[in-house]
Amino acid sequence: MVNPGTEKIVAEDLNIYYGPLHVLKNVTLSVRNHEILGIIGPANSGKTSFLKALNRLNDLNPNCRMSGSIRIDGKDINREMDAEDIRKRVAMVFALPLPLPMSIFDNIAYGPRRHGIKNRKELERIAEKSLRSAFLWDEVKDRLTGSAMKLSGGQQQRLCIARTLAVDPEVILYDEPCSGLDPISTAKVEEAMFELKARYTQILVTNNVKQAARVGERVAFFLMGELVEADDAKKIFTAPNDKRTEDYITGRFG
Amino acid sequence: MKLSPKWKQRIAFSVLGLASVVVIVPVIVIFSILIEKGLPAINWEFLTAMPRMGMRAGGIFPAIAGTMYLVLGTIVVALPLGVLAAVYLVEYARQNWMTRMIEVAIVNLAGVPSVVYGLFGLGLFVIFLKFGSSILAGSLTLSIMVLPVIITASKEALSSVPQSFREASLALGVSKWQTIRCIVLPNALPGILTGTILGVSRAAGETAPILFTVAAFYLPRLPKSVFDQCMALPYHLYVLSTQVPNVNPKIQYGTALVLVALVFILNFLAIVVRAHIRGKKQW
Amino acid sequence: MRKFRESLIEKFILLNGLASILFVILIFFFLAKDGVALFKTVRLSDFLFGIFWDPLAEPPQFGIVPLFLGSLMVTFGATAISVPLGIACAIFIGEIAPRWMREFLKAGVELLAAIPSIVIGFIGMTMMAPFVKKMFSLPTGLTALSGAIALAFMAIPTIVSIMEDAISAVPRSYREGSFALGATHWQTIYRVIIPAASSGIVASVMLGIGRVIGETMAVMMITGNAAVIPRTILEPVRTMTATIAAEMGETVRGSDHYFALFAVGMVLFLITFAINLIADAALHRERK
Repeated sequence: MVNPGTEKIVAEDLNIYYGPLHVLKNVTLSVRNHEILGIIGPANSGKTSFLKALNRLNDLNPNCRMSGSIRIDGKDINREMDAEDIRKRVAMVFALPLPLPMSIFDNIAYGPRRHGIKNRKELERIAEKSLRSAFLWDEVKDRLTGSAMKLSGGQQQRLCIARTLAVDPEVILYDEPCSGLDPISTAKVEEAMFELKARYTQILVTNNVKQAARVGERVAFFLMGELVEADDAKKIFTAPNDKRTEDYITGRFG
Repeated sequence: MKLSPKWKQRIAFSVLGLASVVVIVPVIVIFSILIEKGLPAINWEFLTAMPRMGMRAGGIFPAIAGTMYLVLGTIVVALPLGVLAAVYLVEYARQNWMTRMIEVAIVNLAGVPSVVYGLFGLGLFVIFLKFGSSILAGSLTLSIMVLPVIITASKEALSSVPQSFREASLALGVSKWQTIRCIVLPNALPGILTGTILGVSRAAGETAPILFTVAAFYLPRLPKSVFDQCMALPYHLYVLSTQVPNVNPKIQYGTALVLVALVFILNFLAIVVRAHIRGKKQW
Repeated sequence: MRKFRESLIEKFILLNGLASILFVILIFFFLAKDGVALFKTVRLSDFLFGIFWDPLAEPPQFGIVPLFLGSLMVTFGATAISVPLGIACAIFIGEIAPRWMREFLKAGVELLAAIPSIVIGFIGMTMMAPFVKKMFSLPTGLTALSGAIALAFMAIPTIVSIMEDAISAVPRSYREGSFALGATHWQTIYRVIIPAASSGIVASVMLGIGRVIGETMAVMMITGNAAVIPRTILEPVRTMTATIAAEMGETVRGSDHYFALFAVGMVLFLITFAINLIADAALHRERK
């Protein structure tokens, strides 16, 4: 069982509704420090809703209601923390690369600047460190002032990861980060995720079962808003407890 | 005799085409007249000198300058007010009765007759707030008049900024206002400016709202402060064409042409700004 | 601290959002404040139903009827001209004209919209009025008809642009369905597209009327400014707007005349308010 001392995030009895739709049903799931948790499941199974609940991006949707609790390091994110603070600590990388329409450097510096870092030297240091961690530094170091919109899709996605790292989060959420990328770019993003393991807790939502198997240490399987099971990746992919999990990972549906 | 559908169509289309000609020909005629009769009046002195001999000679410089002051004053007041109102409606407002009330109010502001704005400006700014007949009172009156145009254009510009930009920023823990200030507004700015210039170009040509709030019949000097009266091109044209006898038509047409040119330069500026962003838009 | 600043900013933005409501209320309040003062000395019925407007007579007469009829006649004339022309032009631009002609016509209509009303008034006064005078052999060309023609051209851009939006909002499939049944282009236009865009027509007509009834300078210069009840459209009239603009300069602040002009403004405001509500309701229904 999960050792309480190493739990980073605990979601308990989480229910999410979009208007009349019940998109997440009684989900209880914990995430451990410095692990990569893969979340798999077919479309509309509630994976992304779960992810967006973890940093309160669901707040932006006025039709969204929620019950249950999510705790990070024991603190309830909805009742004991500001949305901005939780989003700073639990950052998110989106499905499509979303560079902001400004230069590469400004993209990275955007978060730190808003959080009060104005010193140019300091910003440059953060930019280099973040870009190195996201395996992008060598490709862009000569054109930091160029437009981020001119990068390739894979580069843009790693830029988004770097931008996320620049605000110094504790947890990184990935919402199908490779869905728009070619295999080589995907490999680079995955490589970056391994590299980041030492410092961050990471949660990867993907509908690519193979990617979850490659990257995830533990894997959770969602189906129609329910958490079917969550276990070590090895266990899920070799001897799942639930028949539905087996059907999904062997490609019988989804 | 019954007409075949084909013939009916031919007749109907000819009638519609004719109607379009009837609409468009006067536009061409108006411009030809203005240019033909107004252009000979325009020279350096006409644009830069004070009027002389009871406005029957000399230039129209104070009227041009006055209109510029009013345009600037209108921008200074209406732009922030209009943009922030649009920010409220696009970024903060929920779908409820209050939002609906605001929308209805904007629609109605857009429909208030210009002379009623003049009365309102007289009642509120000139008399009640004791600004007197002044550039300040005139600019404020014009600002409220163009507010609906600026709000509508700004709303459109703000809504056209992709939602994903907002999410990307918010996901970094950046607050909502900072997101609006640093991401949404800069990206909506060109659209906002286009709408503002169009609104202000309307203000530049209006006469009725400034009639009782700022316009001076004859004031051959430049205003010294915002509490001064000033001359303005549209009012000057009105004065020249109805209030002063024996004015050389050349001066009247010249003034009309300068006014139209000024309005069109502003419109042209808006088109240039719009074209410029269309070319540069990256998403 | 940051939280506090943020909520302060949000409150400030809300205030700006509410400003439009505030202005509508303020406009009404300041019109009513001075307008209602008239009725201390003049009976409301004498104002609303009085058939003489003569502020300089002894005693002064403040009957709004001639002004109202003047506005009505000019508005009616302008609407009768601008609505058919505007709708026809919008259909031609939206459905029939080839691309280059469409761009040309649209630019022309936009140019028309940008001409200040004082310039229309000036051209109307110096060019059109003599023409009308000669054509109908009248003592003066400054008549309700001249005003109606000038105003029609100021309303046309409004009508064309709203109408065109309504036409282009008709789903493609309606058109294709009609063509598929073998209908001609014209049959499709008047049996399918015009009915489907009908609420846009209502809105464009209402807003066009709103534009015309509130128009001031051009009307003041062209209609001849006679505050008497008009019998035909070929006589000079004076509208409510022109009366305010022309007489405000000569009044003494706080006199009955001054208050009467505000009362006229109040009537104008209420009329345009109603017209805009109807137009907005029509557009709102269309969106749903």
